Amino acid sequence: MNKKSGSLAERIPSKVWLLISLLVALIVWTILSVMPLTARSFPNVIVTIQQIGVMFGRGVLLTDIASSLISVIAGYVLGFVIALPVAILMAWYVPVRNILRPWIMFIRNIPPLAYVPLIVLSAGVGRRPQIITITIATFLIMCITIYQGVMNIDDTLIRAARVLGAKDKDIFIRVIAPASLPFIMTAVRLGASTALTTLIAAESTGANAGLGMRIRTLNSNFDTDPMLLYIILIGILGLIVEKLIDFAERKLTGWQEKREA
Amino acid sequence: MAGETRSVKVKIDNVRMVFNTRKGEMVALNGADLDIRENEFVTVVGPSGCGKSTLLNIIAGLLKPTSGEVLVNGETVEGVGRERGVVFQQYALFPWLTVKKNVCFALEMRGIKGAEAEEQAMKYLQMVDLEKFADHYPKELSGGMKQRVAIARAYAAEPEILLMDEPFGALDAQTRAQLQTDLLNTWEKKQKTCFFITHDVEEAIILGQRCVIMSARPGRIKKIVDIDIPYPRTQETRMSPRFNELKNIIWGEVYKEYLEVRK
Repeated sequence: MNKKSGSLAERIPSKVWLLISLLVALIVWTILSVMPLTARSFPNVIVTIQQIGVMFGRGVLLTDIASSLISVIAGYVLGFVIALPVAILMAWYVPVRNILRPWIMFIRNIPPLAYVPLIVLSAGVGRRPQIITITIATFLIMCITIYQGVMNIDDTLIRAARVLGAKDKDIFIRVIAPASLPFIMTAVRLGASTALTTLIAAESTGANAGLGMRIRTLNSNFDTDPMLLYIILIGILGLIVEKLIDFAERKLTGWQEKREA
Repeated sequence: MAGETRSVKVKIDNVRMVFNTRKGEMVALNGADLDIRENEFVTVVGPSGCGKSTLLNIIAGLLKPTSGEVLVNGETVEGVGRERGVVFQQYALFPWLTVKKNVCFALEMRGIKGAEAEEQAMKYLQMVDLEKFADHYPKELSGGMKQRVAIARAYAAEPEILLMDEPFGALDAQTRAQLQTDLLNTWEKKQKTCFFITHDVEEAIILGQRCVIMSARPGRIKKIVDIDIPYPRTQETRMSPRFNELKNIIWGEVYKEYLEVRK
């Protein structure tokens, strides 16, 4: 905890702190937009907000957001649907674990941008390679996270269930599944953030809309003003996703021993 | 004691347990023999590494002995069985279930479901004085309360034999004394065969009818001491001369083993 209770800093409610933080960011942003060294990268606040209208007027803002959302959600959901059973199989069966784990660890450290060309060569351009790229990246991180979670389930809980008369099926449904839930939620969180950070790489596959694709196009046209807007939009998207996951986590795993938020 | 007229509930017959470790074979138990009679309260003391937990796990059916066997009601133990309940030192409550649902888990494994299970669960919670906390999650309880829930859950399985592996080991002295008294009250009301492991000699005396002293490396049963102090026992029992006499005898034996282990 902080140094002193009752100090001024502690008496300010968190909502007000958020406002102060926002204000500080706006000041820093304005300074960056004025300083000659950084002015080219940072259009000022008003210009940036005006870009919403500009991009909307060009008829691309909503299609870009929609296109990115479709790729991210499709890739992310697919990644999760594959990761969950694979992670459980890895935890369950030693051969599966020993064959798959080294390769998941190996590929996990390669930035998706590096292998995107390979995907395009086989899957062509358009929506398909975007989804495949995000699926691969989110699968890797979620699979390894869920696997490690299932491996770390407290063995005493399984023994306790067994001595109470639980059969294998009961143990799986009533002990292993709920005990894995916190790790699955962690995987869902990491996967969501990976899906967004992979977006740029995924949309470098010759997409015709999308937040990541637009940033690249604007960049090559030296049209810097809307770029910052798009970068901020990706950040806002991430924030919304995180809040949604926070909410789900509280509903699903509120029983967990408290860890400091 | 009248114990001799009661039938043998658990027979530990020449049990040997060898673990294969990276450093080679480790003999955890080397020919343990013990008869536990029906409704008898047996406590086990010994230095850590003497194989007392291993022996409990073998009786529970969670471990298979390398040789020898354990007989319960005259039948060889081949795995876990609901007639043998276990209380673990780490409580082992399911954190995603409320206190009541934890007890219901045991009932549901017996085929008791729904409202009937909930109703019965409350009775077991009353037994440990926790009915007010029925809808709390384990994380909201203190260590002592968690262990009381674990005991209620073990009782809800209605085992004939209760195996307890240092259940009060992680609790502070006052809580431990309280739980000892509670456990004795419950045991006197609802007679069960109890096999109770502890590293606390006083606890072994206050609870047990017989105290088994184990020696370490390899684990063997070294001596069995009859605790001839009549029940009901309370915390005042600790002041009695006989209590202190037994404590000196048992502590002396255990201490010799501690020294042996340290060599």
